Amino acid sequence: MTKKKIIIDPVSRVEGHGRVTIHLNDKDELDDAKLHIVEFRGFEKFVQGRPYWEAPVLVQRLCGICPVSHHLCAAKAIDQVVGVNDETITPSAAKLRRLMHYGQVLQSHALHYFYLAAPDLLLGMNSEVETRNIIGLAQMNQDLAKKGILLRKFGQEIIRATAGKKIHGISAVPGGVHKSLSTDEIDSFKRGGDIPSINEVISWCTEVLDHYKTYHRKNQSEILSFDQLESNYLSLIGKNGELELYHGNLRCISATGKKVLDDMNYLKYLDVYQEDVKEWSYMKFPFLKHLGRENGWVRVGPLARLNTCEYIDSPLAQKELEDFRSHNGRFPHGTLLYHWARLIEILHCAEKIQLLLDDPDVTKDDLMAKGNRESEGIGFLEAPRGTLIHHYKVAPDDQITKCNLIVSTTHNNIAMNKSVTQRAHHIWSKHKERGEEFLNEIEVAIRAYDPCLSCATHAIGQMPLKIEIRNNENDLIRTIER
Amino acid sequence: MSSPKKIPITVDGKKYDVPKNINLVEALSSQGIRVPTLCWYKGMDDCLGTCRVCTVNVNGRPSAACTLNTTEEMKIEFDTSELNDLRKSIIELLFVEGNHYCPSCEKSGDCLLQAEAQALEMTHSRFPYEFNHYEIDYSGEMIILERNRCVHCKRCTELFTNDDGEKVFSFIGKGKDTQVVINKETEKSLSKHKAQEAMDLCPVGAILVKGEGFKTPYGERKFEKEPLWIKK
Repeated sequence: MTKKKIIIDPVSRVEGHGRVTIHLNDKDELDDAKLHIVEFRGFEKFVQGRPYWEAPVLVQRLCGICPVSHHLCAAKAIDQVVGVNDETITPSAAKLRRLMHYGQVLQSHALHYFYLAAPDLLLGMNSEVETRNIIGLAQMNQDLAKKGILLRKFGQEIIRATAGKKIHGISAVPGGVHKSLSTDEIDSFKRGGDIPSINEVISWCTEVLDHYKTYHRKNQSEILSFDQLESNYLSLIGKNGELELYHGNLRCISATGKKVLDDMNYLKYLDVYQEDVKEWSYMKFPFLKHLGRENGWVRVGPLARLNTCEYIDSPLAQKELEDFRSHNGRFPHGTLLYHWARLIEILHCAEKIQLLLDDPDVTKDDLMAKGNRESEGIGFLEAPRGTLIHHYKVAPDDQITKCNLIVSTTHNNIAMNKSVTQRAHHIWSKHKERGEEFLNEIEVAIRAYDPCLSCATHAIGQMPLKIEIRNNENDLIRTIER
Repeated sequence: MSSPKKIPITVDGKKYDVPKNINLVEALSSQGIRVPTLCWYKGMDDCLGTCRVCTVNVNGRPSAACTLNTTEEMKIEFDTSELNDLRKSIIELLFVEGNHYCPSCEKSGDCLLQAEAQALEMTHSRFPYEFNHYEIDYSGEMIILERNRCVHCKRCTELFTNDDGEKVFSFIGKGKDTQVVINKETEKSLSKHKAQEAMDLCPVGAILVKGEGFKTPYGERKFEKEPLWIKK
């Protein structure tokens, strides 16, 4: 019996490096598909032995797209080590961190939608690979591409103002932040110039949503039939059930909306969480203990957040949520709906940024709180891609002795593998050549999750993509390259 | 008090009148010529002469400028491609011998080694990294000794004392095994202010004050406000 394997390596237009293998049986029928994460980073190990106050600056280096998420999540965890929590941190520090976070989610979502996902959606999954990118998007709709680029730039400038740099800022320190905003900085976001004003940003976000919804209406059947995956959904949640990106309790619902975790304090996450490992991937497979390995996997990120929340506490985004639910139902499962959900979150972030820019607390100097030293800290945050967990143990002499990081994409690991398998089965007979179109449709399923496979920086342009067909002796039978 | 006698010296073929018998680095600095240094700093009584980054040619012979005082008719070569490369290579050697991860170092922006490397336009090291193992000493009450970053300049061992005038740091070992250690008895009495003084004295991030870090925003750190470069 000869078994064959198709390998997509690397998966393109995602952050980091991954590989898909599609395993065939002796009749050349699809047997199984897997998403492998082929990089080993080792941050959990080499942060050990470092002084605890270094963690927020050190661990953010595991990502060039969402370093702010790691910076803030680590800072939240280390806050506890210095005896500070969400109740005792100063209002100015809490608001400046939130502002930084909203800027981060806005820029990351804009990057993903306009640079990585929109070329598939708006130019077509099977359009020419040479133009299926942001440049092709700009050629098709210059105004849309320009707004996408400037939306991202606005988010980056918010990060620069609050964190000190667009990438890898250092302002969140144990117990608070080390800088506030100047009135000049605030005015620049209200006035606009090289970047759009906050009013323009909000207006553009609604325009982009309208544009997406027009596309969605035209292509609804393809979008919804692309990949339906019934799953649990996990996210932080606000006190009153509102969408919450920075701090809240942990809620998990089933595919039908039943609460699986009922707004629990995330400090108890080890009571409900377990991680599985597989020999074929460096990424772990977390699951909820009480549901078991088979049923305890969850999806996180924009779609999960819209499913778990009861409402959004910013008016325009709430209106969009109502529209989203009227089209798709209360608990939709379509994987491509991640994109729509992501655009609603961009609008929400813009509205929140507007409120914070009008808040006098972000200009005040009451930036640091103090408390009694503790030996452990746990931080949770809704990063752009989903729930992010940082957990540190610190010895009395100040060195970190243990670190556990469960990054957003890890939660989606099983879901992405299931989506890849489902999609491969779905299109197996459609693309008999197993060429570019076949490859891309598999990648589109992964891309919807906006995975940050290594939490690494992403380069614009076409990445090399190669399919190798091998027999069970690992002999190369055929290679298809872009 | 009369002003010190001026004497003529030549630097890169150009004549200067400088005070007699003063430290050569200081003399050159007074003429607008910034000599890179790690161990020497303005105002110190005796030079340490450990880092050799200030190497110049005096009357045709390579010498550490901080170890010399001005004498009449000194002929100094300073800004030559060979000497600039020599100084850069010394900096590179320090980078490969230690483990310097600037992105997560709290001294970044305030670090003299980093600033001199930038001034010398170091983009990489020509020497292979050694990835040596160094123990971080957390045993102090006020101070952490991050030996991965130590450049053995002797500033802390020679120049720093606690409020009672007692030394806090010393060297143990020889050659490659030389390392700085903390005297736990004398370190115990350090005030936070004195601990910060020790951290500021260290040209790199080897001495850290416990419980604090990253206090200064980007753009306001020492060498971001006053970047170094070799004045041509």
